[in-house]
Amino acid sequence: MSNSILESGAAMADGTPRRGVEQLSMQQALNRALDEVLAGNPKSLVFGEDCGRLGGVFRITDGLQAKHGTGRVFDTPLAESGILGMSVGLAMAGFHPIPEVQFDGFAYPAINQIVCQIARMNYRSRGTLPMPITLRVPSFGGIRAPEHHGESLEALFAHVPGLKVVSPSNPHEAYHLLKYAATRPDPVIFMEPKSRYWQKGEVDFDSADPSGSPDGGSPAGGAPTGAKVMREGRHLTVVAWGAMVARCLQVAGLAAEDGIDVEVLDLRWLKPIDEAALAASVRKTRRAVVVHEAPRTSGLGAEVAQLITQNCFDTLKAPVERITGFDVPYPSGDLEDEYIPNIDRILFGIQRVLEYRRG
Amino acid sequence: MVAVRHLDTSAIGWQRQGLIPGYAPELGQEAAQVGSGYAVDTTRDFVFPTYREMGVARAMGVDMVAYMSTHKATWHGGLYNPLESRLAPIQAVVGGSVLHAVGWAHGQTLDQTDGVAMAYFGDGASSQGDVHEAMNFAAVMKAPVVFFVQNNGWAISVPAERQVAGGSVAARAAGYGLPALRIDGNDVVAVVDATRRALAHARAGHGPVLIEAMTYRRGPHSTSDDPGRYRSLNEERDDAGEDPLERFRKRLLADGVADEAFFAEALAAAKAEEEHVRAGIQSLGSRPGVEMFDLVFQETTPALQAQAANWREESEHV
Ligand SMILES: Cc1ncc(C[n+]2csc(CCOP(=O)(O)OP(=O)(O)O)c2C)c(N)n1
Repeated sequence: MSNSILESGAAMADGTPRRGVEQLSMQQALNRALDEVLAGNPKSLVFGEDCGRLGGVFRITDGLQAKHGTGRVFDTPLAESGILGMSVGLAMAGFHPIPEVQFDGFAYPAINQIVCQIARMNYRSRGTLPMPITLRVPSFGGIRAPEHHGESLEALFAHVPGLKVVSPSNPHEAYHLLKYAATRPDPVIFMEPKSRYWQKGEVDFDSADPSGSPDGGSPAGGAPTGAKVMREGRHLTVVAWGAMVARCLQVAGLAAEDGIDVEVLDLRWLKPIDEAALAASVRKTRRAVVVHEAPRTSGLGAEVAQLITQNCFDTLKAPVERITGFDVPYPSGDLEDEYIPNIDRILFGIQRVLEYRRG
Repeated sequence: MVAVRHLDTSAIGWQRQGLIPGYAPELGQEAAQVGSGYAVDTTRDFVFPTYREMGVARAMGVDMVAYMSTHKATWHGGLYNPLESRLAPIQAVVGGSVLHAVGWAHGQTLDQTDGVAMAYFGDGASSQGDVHEAMNFAAVMKAPVVFFVQNNGWAISVPAERQVAGGSVAARAAGYGLPALRIDGNDVVAVVDATRRALAHARAGHGPVLIEAMTYRRGPHSTSDDPGRYRSLNEERDDAGEDPLERFRKRLLADGVADEAFFAEALAAAKAEEEHVRAGIQSLGSRPGVEMFDLVFQETTPALQAQAANWREESEHV
């Protein structure tokens, strides 16, 4: 993100006026994205528990009802299956629903509608009933919340045929990925790292990478992929997503003090995974560590590690390491720091990979 | 009704002959299905069926070969176009589509059209949380939905009294503040009348209505069910009441609206239709395997494309 775009009001290549860079929190960036989606598409609807008058418990939908009306932004009864099931019917009626479940753990009561209905309706109806639904899920831990208010459901969602899954790691990504997701004709689970909601960062509104796809356009097949290198490095690739990206960047900074040059790859799309970018990074560094908050067994780290093995086996210098949450129910606040991969655990993982010697 | 009865009975025969792997019969529910489906306005309403709504589909004019294809295991949702026929894909999850009806109906409110959603479900399905969420949502949002319950006495082997606490499904509607009609679902005239009134109520903006049509599923739950394990033939005969077809026949004769020649003609037409549908499903080939990959998303994914390419390479049937 260069500052040069701030310099003039000159138009972009396609004639749209430049909008520049702003410092926003992720909460503000998401709010801005929703506001613009609602303004741009009269068929888009934002709804869920407390989304309307209150603006959501995280204030992501703040002010949207006042601006766009109670028909476009509304509160529903407190029933997750109802919210998602209603979304199916609205999509069938030609709307573009952007429902919210208030916290990750409360997606569970709606799993039947998400898995058996939303994910399958396009297939079941042979493409005549697309499900352009963007389900926003405040996700992951790190805020010392009560039970069920901090879960990492990405592997569960990514495993379901018919769903796409994405998670932004900073305000810039949040703005662009949400705007992109909310215009797609397929269901997207949008996992917002709630521990990052209040962190500020630059949002480049004129980014040449608005879609989240590597080339800023629509890659082969029309599906957005696009992992993104957040920090270049030579010795090892750390793959992360959501809230873990910021932590891994911090780790990379510390490792650099010891002369270890870590590349940080933000996966962004957890389904589909950008295999090419993953392979390109690991073929360069020849070593990889995957970091996620979710429990280890059958987690997405296993999928990433397998893709790396398959595509980079000949160049790998060490087995892919996973630094993850544990196979335990998400613990309460006091133990959260033990559960979520912390700086030390990630550093140890990096060290193990760097020191690996073939037996 | 004759055509539906005939097709339904034929479908069981087709399963026994190995032409189709399975079927969910509706013997005894013809009045409830045909009467309600007949009242639907397919220029503006939309119907959300279960897996047992052949009679509704037939009354709505849905292509029966395309409908039966789901029982031939050709394609889960059926091969008809839901948007053109106004019938949502066949639904296997009990209670699964009742909320969809509420969402679709709320969409009509937002669009200021006067379409009404008809959600079909059974007494068993009324135990599902989704059905309760749907009734509450619809009532809160005043969504134009008609909840059409066919209480056919059984949810596979469990009788309605072991399924529905509180005596009836209709009684539940009161808790959500929505009007309910409990009707004789074996009287096709009563069904048409009640459905029309419910549709008019919802269409006029007065919110949802629930109809509980009391009927009886006479045969097995599905072609793989053995009702002898949970009820006797005597019980079946005593509980089923008068055959809805026989009842309507008597009425038409008494009213002088139809004569024996009319019924003979109806049966002949039903037989011709059966032949047409049988030939149609017999000649239904399997879908090309590539559809398995092509119809998952509107915008496919690289991984799915790679899997499709792999499948093409490693399989014979390209
Ligand atoms: C959610 C769900 N649970 C279980 C089943 C298995 N099942 C299929 S039909 C049925 C009974 C349904 O009874 P009812 O709703 O009364 O409808 P009917 O079959 O009598 O028409 C059951 C248990 C299912 N299809 N979906």
